[in-house]
Amino acid sequence: MNIQTSRRGFLTGLIVAVALPRLARAEGRAGYFNELPAGDSEWAPNAFIRVAPDNTVTVLIKHIEFGQGPYTGLTTLVAEEMDADWGQMRAAAAPADAEKYANLAFGMQGTGGSTAMANSFMQMRKAGAAARAMLVAAAAQKFGVSPDQITIEKGVLRAGDQSASFGELAEAAASQTAPEDPPVKDPADFRLIGTDLPKVDTKAKTDGQAQFSLDVYRDGMLTAVVAHPPKFGATVAGFDDSAATQVAGVRKVVQIPQGVAVLADNTFAALKGRAALKVDWDDSAAETRSSEQMVQEWTAAAQATGNSTKDWEIEASGDVDQALADGDVLEATYVFPYLAHTPMEPLDGVLELREGEAEVWMGSQMQTGDAAAVSQVLGIDNVRLHTMLAGGSFGRRAQQDSHFAAELAAVAKANGPGAVKLMWTREDDIKGGYYRPLTVHNMKGAIGADGKLTAWDHGIASQPIFIGTPFEPMLQGGPDFSAFEGASELRYATPNHRLRWSQMDSPVSTLWWRSVGHSHTGFAVECFIDELLEKAGQDPIEGRLALLGDDHPREKAVLQRAAEMAQMSGDYGYGVAVVKSFDTYVAQIAEVEDRGGVPHVRRVWCAVDCGIAVNPNVIRAQMEGGIGYGLSAVLYSEITLEEGGLIRQANWDGYPIMRIPQMPAVEVAIIPSAEPPTGVGEPGTPPIGPAVANAWRRMTGTALRRLPIIPVPVA
Amino acid sequence: MTINFTVNGEDRSVDVDPDTPLLWVLRDELKMTGTKFGCGIAQCGACTVHLDGMPRRSCVTPISMVDGSDVTTIEGVSGPEAEAVQAAWTAIDVPQCGYCQSGQIMSATALLQMVTNPTDEDIDNAMAGNICRCATYVRIRQAIHDAAKTLEG
Ligand code: FES
Ligand code: FES
Repeated sequence: MNIQTSRRGFLTGLIVAVALPRLARAEGRAGYFNELPAGDSEWAPNAFIRVAPDNTVTVLIKHIEFGQGPYTGLTTLVAEEMDADWGQMRAAAAPADAEKYANLAFGMQGTGGSTAMANSFMQMRKAGAAARAMLVAAAAQKFGVSPDQITIEKGVLRAGDQSASFGELAEAAASQTAPEDPPVKDPADFRLIGTDLPKVDTKAKTDGQAQFSLDVYRDGMLTAVVAHPPKFGATVAGFDDSAATQVAGVRKVVQIPQGVAVLADNTFAALKGRAALKVDWDDSAAETRSSEQMVQEWTAAAQATGNSTKDWEIEASGDVDQALADGDVLEATYVFPYLAHTPMEPLDGVLELREGEAEVWMGSQMQTGDAAAVSQVLGIDNVRLHTMLAGGSFGRRAQQDSHFAAELAAVAKANGPGAVKLMWTREDDIKGGYYRPLTVHNMKGAIGADGKLTAWDHGIASQPIFIGTPFEPMLQGGPDFSAFEGASELRYATPNHRLRWSQMDSPVSTLWWRSVGHSHTGFAVECFIDELLEKAGQDPIEGRLALLGDDHPREKAVLQRAAEMAQMSGDYGYGVAVVKSFDTYVAQIAEVEDRGGVPHVRRVWCAVDCGIAVNPNVIRAQMEGGIGYGLSAVLYSEITLEEGGLIRQANWDGYPIMRIPQMPAVEVAIIPSAEPPTGVGEPGTPPIGPAVANAWRRMTGTALRRLPIIPVPVA
Repeated sequence: MTINFTVNGEDRSVDVDPDTPLLWVLRDELKMTGTKFGCGIAQCGACTVHLDGMPRRSCVTPISMVDGSDVTTIEGVSGPEAEAVQAAWTAIDVPQCGYCQSGQIMSATALLQMVTNPTDEDIDNAMAGNICRCATYVRIRQAIHDAAKTLEG
């Protein structure tokens, strides 16, 4: 069965690449295509827009869609500037092409750091404005009027009693010159931006039509799973495939750099084959420390009494040691475990190898790097990468080393010509590394009875994320900011301040996990300031507002807004946190109940300032999801290395995820703003943990300084 | 071994290893990809289908058990409850990544087929087996209530 690439052929196969529901047109609901329709008769005013004779406008989206809404958001920007009707809009994944479709924040194609909207905002509006100008010029000619007599509303150009649709004008517009720098709208004239436009991908995600990488089936395709080393840094010493090759349907068992691959006619046979495989591992370079031992070593380093690979002084002002000596010191150590992302869809992808060319379907978050990795492994320049919808990522698909693309290519190389699907199981995912780094914070602070901070001394120990990977050059020799972002540039005023980072090393691979450094710095900073304020007898909100001073109006505004919303009158604990991450400001207040000695979060009030709110409904959804994701982790999640280096957790039974009964009600307020839009995928996550921990401490007197709060009992 | 069953009302016959989970028969053999793989051990609900009208995790249902049964998947689920659920899901844009949503919709539809006006507790009980890693739970709850209201008329 082949992927259909033609829009017109979208009902001809069982596997349909074009996910646009047929109803969309009739209902006037915007939609999306899994793959850009073959554009023979379409007008392409620029790299981002296609106008078809049937009056649909397709926007090529350079960012992967895995739930944060770029398909809808970027399509909105184009529709706004074109004055299109939302129902005629379609989104489609742009091809992998670093020149045309680079993330302007990265200089290559990729998604991350909550940058999709921020970097695209002007680019997509300009693209829409250019198309609009060409349509206007074409209409002016056709109607025999001057361009300034043309109006456009909901995709129809009018002058007097003459009118034409985009589709009708597309051919004539194609011969107009594209303006170099078309003017964009004054925000006061926005009609679509700022409204809750229905998402383009919702329909296909409610009827089973949405196509993910796992859903790609090619003629003659084999399915592969790989036996990976059970310890980080271990390698294959040898293997016995005699039982595995006896499994019906198993075609090949072959060693690749990443482990031993089992290729079979179908998924079940591949899994059965792998279960029957015996591999001897060489553990000589493997991590054998337990995570408990790491916690001890990391703690000593954070306290500046232990060893590290390198100690970095990140910030220093005043005389911290003297101020601590003079003050009434509070000291706290916070321990954050390794975390797996466990996106709903584990890593997977399909590669079809043909003479001198490779075609890849995967949920690629770093298209430029992933395509290069495939090219390098196969020794083929001609790599066509299709960016598929992905079942979540939370950072997991944004790999510095493109390890999944490289593994997929290695399997394909071992297989030879033809198509192969590589699938990681949930166990592969949970044991497979690329974790949020295990991190320890040691904090010492002093505060006066007047609520003024006199000293703040902050030590962090963790593995880097950039250093030691192909992304290291981005640091230009500096420290790995992913380890301490959010702890640096402390917003609470103090004359005596120090921030240190101890770089720790381990073969355990690390990666950015939704909100990256803020996933732990937000917790440490916001819990510690809350404890200090409590110690000084200060109100958590008023005390923060005072320390934020005049330099942080946006933090203060979200804090005040959350405080206004919150109904803190129940018989429960209430806690607050405010975190700026990725240039977005979020304050949350949590209402927490003591249920038999463990916290249950009932309600969360959340205020967010992300600049211009392009789609308020998507922003609210990202706050809800960010809160759920963050809460799940602080309550339940940890990856544990046992003595010897084996990973304790295997699947979601041992790595519990928050389920619907534990999800709090969430109320979101968006601060009106005329600032350029910033991201919302990550910033909802950091405040929830400290808000809950602060509520708990104020209610029970117990400070929660080691996560998760409710660890899985060891059997 | 040849197994005969129906999927969305159509007769199907497959000749596979009898231990093969229904999930992989639907996907690999029948190329019906709406039903998703998330965990393989009945932890997440992404693979939920209706087997003879009851919600069932297809990842732990060997195809041998399905012989003579009627399977309904997201591609074919129909009737007033399913339509109300899908409409309610669409109206408030429940999905984010969307990968869990086939399973959520199959579970929610089964709930409404059994309980006409579910309480929050009914929803917790019926839906706790379905993980949503994007944590769309707030909206799932609301959409189920909305769908129940539509069904009441
Ligand atoms: S895949 Fe069946 S319950 Fe997770
Ligand atoms: S919508 Fe992404 S896992 Fe539920």
